[in-house]
Amino acid sequence: MTLTLEHLSKQFVKNGDEPVEALVDITMEVRDGEFICILGPSGCGKTTLLRIIAGLDHPTSGSVRIDGSVIDRPNRKLGMIFQDYSLYPWRTVNENIAFGLELQGIVEEERDAIVRKYLALTGLSEFGTSYPFELSGGMRQRIAVVRALAVDPKVLLMDEPFGALDAQTRNKLQYDLLDIWGKTKKTILFVTHSVDEAVFLADRIMVLTPRPGHICDVIPVDHPHPRDRTGVKFAQIRRHVLDLISQPKCSLS
Amino acid sequence: MNRGGRNEGMFHPRMLLKVILPLGLIAGWEIIAILLNNEFILPRLESVFAVLLSPTADILGYGNLITNAFTSLERVILGFLIAAGLAIPLGISMARSGSVHDLFDSTMQLLRPIPPLAWVPLALAWFKIGLASMVFIIALGAFFPILLNTLDGVKSVKRNWIESAEILGANQRQVMLKVVLPGAAPTIWTGLRVGFGIAWMCVVAAEMMPGTNSGLGYLIMSSYNWGQVQVIIAGMIVIGLIGIGFDYLFKVIDRRSFSWRELER
Repeated sequence: MTLTLEHLSKQFVKNGDEPVEALVDITMEVRDGEFICILGPSGCGKTTLLRIIAGLDHPTSGSVRIDGSVIDRPNRKLGMIFQDYSLYPWRTVNENIAFGLELQGIVEEERDAIVRKYLALTGLSEFGTSYPFELSGGMRQRIAVVRALAVDPKVLLMDEPFGALDAQTRNKLQYDLLDIWGKTKKTILFVTHSVDEAVFLADRIMVLTPRPGHICDVIPVDHPHPRDRTGVKFAQIRRHVLDLISQPKCSLS
Repeated sequence: MNRGGRNEGMFHPRMLLKVILPLGLIAGWEIIAILLNNEFILPRLESVFAVLLSPTADILGYGNLITNAFTSLERVILGFLIAAGLAIPLGISMARSGSVHDLFDSTMQLLRPIPPLAWVPLALAWFKIGLASMVFIIALGAFFPILLNTLDGVKSVKRNWIESAEILGANQRQVMLKVVLPGAAPTIWTGLRVGFGIAWMCVVAAEMMPGTNSGLGYLIMSSYNWGQVQVIIAGMIVIGLIGIGFDYLFKVIDRRSFSWRELER
């Protein structure tokens, strides 16, 4: 799998007004199996970038390619997890996970087997027949991840998926995500505004400037998982990232 | 499930509050009926019950309560289904497409405040006396609540839900059938419930149009001509009971199928 972002720019035109630049010249090559965090302040266009990669929005110029072909609409090779809960409240956990398989016309027996396999991955097997409203926020997001995984995408796009959770749950889900990443070997692009989260998760951190967002730095995090948040090495990397993002070229547009 | 926390089966002061007024009204009615002693103004309870308790007995050659009730129901269901068949697709199209919305919205806003009964003369002019006129009035009454609720329901479908489906590979048809319709279903159902209630009110009025010869509305209007006030009241009670019954049915299905709407935060 190769995912390339080539000179992506995005302008929003609101009726009659001057066009507003959201993203400027984003270029990056994502390696297979890599965990990339996209780090930037609120309103820097992180979500827009992710939506363009997902094929939900179109860039004003530039292109996204996966395995050579241009993404201009949602593609099953790319799964996405939203910040807000996007599970279908009228479907049980099992039915939610099976949704993507159902769309492909996969028969029920096969669907059930896949659902069981992925549900076991998160340790939520006993909640298969529950409805989303019976689950906590953290459990719902884990199910959302499983639903995206069930159709076996190459890349997972995650838009601040743990942003609405409390700190404890958030930590737990970060561990779980790394665990799933290790088991499934997916490529992950993960949007966050938390330096801590990015340093904990990423192989490389793409740092975006405030609006209009462009890449001011790509910081490799060369430190094996599991990373100890309280360790000296973690603190050093965190310091390094904080120093880099407070450079004038990253804090000013 | 007993989430309300009420101790059902036990005596509760609120139960008393609920029945005290109806019981008082009935008692007051009986007292006034005895004092007036004029069955052409207010008949005694027993004569109304006599009509209600023999629902298969022919009334003044106009048929019995049950067959007339079924006639009214057939008409209301026909008009209701036509209204739902038009309002649901139109509501979905208006909610999903800006141009369809702009095309229909002003016309709908103009027509909506006109009470269905104001259409009676036109209905008679266009469709003459008979089923078509009645169904037209009923369908008009049911149409707008169904349309407005369908619009609301489809608009309340979260963008996340639709985009998640697209990312998982759904085509437009699948988005419609598997996301938009189930997501909007509880609100559409509310529209159907309100629409059915209005349709039921309209059928009785429609059956009072000249030239009708069956139905509960016709029965109570004819009974008036013969001074049969006990039949009028019995007919009104049947109309009320059928209305309550259907409303209850709609609510039961709502609770069973669409409880996620209340529980989802």
